[in-house]
Amino acid sequence: MATLLNYWMQLPTEIQSLILMVLEIIGVMLAVVVLVALMTYAERKVIGFIQARHGPNQIRIFGLPFLKGVAQPFADVIKLLLKEVIVPTKSDKVLFLVAPLLALVPALSTWAVVPFSPSFVLANIDAGLLFVLALTSLGVYGIILAGWAANSKYALLGAMRSAAQIVAYEIAMGFALVGVLMAAGSLNLSAIVESQSGGVSHWYWLWLFPLMVIYFISGIAETNRAPFDVAEGESEIVAGFHVEYSGATFATLFALPEYANMILVATLAALMFLGGWLSPLQGVLPSSAAFAQPSFIWLALKVALFLFCFLWFRATFPRYRYDQIMRLGWKVFIPLTIVWIGVECGLAWFHVGPWAVG
Amino acid sequence: MLTTILFYVFASVLVGAALGVVLCKNPVHAALSLVLAFFNSAALWLLLQAEFLGIVLVLVYVGAVMVLFLFVVMMLDINIAQMREGFTRYAPLGVLVAAIMVAEITYVVWVRHLGIDLSVWAPAMPAGFSNTKALGAVLYTDYLLPFQLAAVVLLVAIVGAISLTMRKRAGYKQQDIAAQVAVRWQDRVRVMKVDSEQVR
Repeated sequence: MATLLNYWMQLPTEIQSLILMVLEIIGVMLAVVVLVALMTYAERKVIGFIQARHGPNQIRIFGLPFLKGVAQPFADVIKLLLKEVIVPTKSDKVLFLVAPLLALVPALSTWAVVPFSPSFVLANIDAGLLFVLALTSLGVYGIILAGWAANSKYALLGAMRSAAQIVAYEIAMGFALVGVLMAAGSLNLSAIVESQSGGVSHWYWLWLFPLMVIYFISGIAETNRAPFDVAEGESEIVAGFHVEYSGATFATLFALPEYANMILVATLAALMFLGGWLSPLQGVLPSSAAFAQPSFIWLALKVALFLFCFLWFRATFPRYRYDQIMRLGWKVFIPLTIVWIGVECGLAWFHVGPWAVG
Repeated sequence: MLTTILFYVFASVLVGAALGVVLCKNPVHAALSLVLAFFNSAALWLLLQAEFLGIVLVLVYVGAVMVLFLFVVMMLDINIAQMREGFTRYAPLGVLVAAIMVAEITYVVWVRHLGIDLSVWAPAMPAGFSNTKALGAVLYTDYLLPFQLAAVVLLVAIVGAISLTMRKRAGYKQQDIAAQVAVRWQDRVRVMKVDSEQVR
């Protein structure tokens, strides 16, 4: 141990920081992937509970007598990775295999700018929010290319639906974020959280409530989750864009990016509208109290709240019809966000509310 | 040193991707090469510390414009043999365009020999310098009118595109959401009092 420490001290500082950086990146990635696995378990349990059934309740960790079913997602992953990857004969083989990677890479690399606590963020860049928007808009390529490369009618239809839907809701999402960055006066995610400090009434959910609702619903549409999951539409187009995929490509194309993006949308909503890592008891308790301190645990709780909403909506709402999705995105959400940005300008002008500008 | 290496990596991928746009036979592959070209030029902008422009390039061109482009290209049913037929007809025009571009590039290379050292990197900005803020400050003060003019031009383009493509067809059925929501059960359901059948 001592010799190891000795070696470490002899390394140049650049190499040291590079190694630490890579370790941090690997840590965040592993955390996201494990959370994705647990999310699939939570989804099946929550929806099972809502539908008055048990959900997964068999597979245990090393046969321990408690926590029945927790190991289910890991068993699923092992099964998917061991299955054969079937490439259709008349498909575009290169793109067919690249498409899952194109879906996975943006879903994981967006986490680079997400701050987890006041002190921990991988890359604290100035235009963080813009970076998030740019990278989440790249995820659609995986879906479109998967649909096209498979050379199947159903897959192509699913890709078409997905492309139109994501482009439509990205605009509403962008406008909702414009409201947030106007309020915070910064594109940096840490600065956005810090600008909300001062208790629950200073968080943006109160002042930007319509924008929060629109952001979250657009996030559901962007991640192709129910009730906006027409890209899969199993009752109409079999399974949509991933109908020809199997095994590991199915896992990396469909499960991982979808759930990673869900967690990302929930995290961003918590950071921008619910004060991120700030304590809800700030201002209520004396500032030295343990529960008034900013902490990663507060962020985790807020993220869990939004993630539960994802599952709840999936179990509750029937699937939207395609033209209704388009109407909601273009004709309802975009005008609403523009109106609320105008309202926000008025409030900031008269110094009503916790705005950074004015 | 590192930035120079990165520049040459991004630049060579950019040139390769641009070649792919014109050389790929499959239109989808060509469109994807264009995506790669955009991405690499965004990386070049990041190297020049223009992070706002770099990220917006990815957001707008890669994330929105090229998605719609692919959307259209994927639905085309292109017969490559048929497309090749026009090659000799369009060849003179193509040669002309290529000649102009070569002349322009030569001109740029010639400018380089006037003593302006283009190999120097832009001076590093102080820590905490916000590219976005600087850009906003310039756009809304010095260039306010051109900026607003560009916005108006874009608005006119949107209105024009919609008015050109939106037309009412005869017999076009449309849903009236307000009417659907306003329906009461009394409009649709009639409760009838039916006498029970006589038992004989």
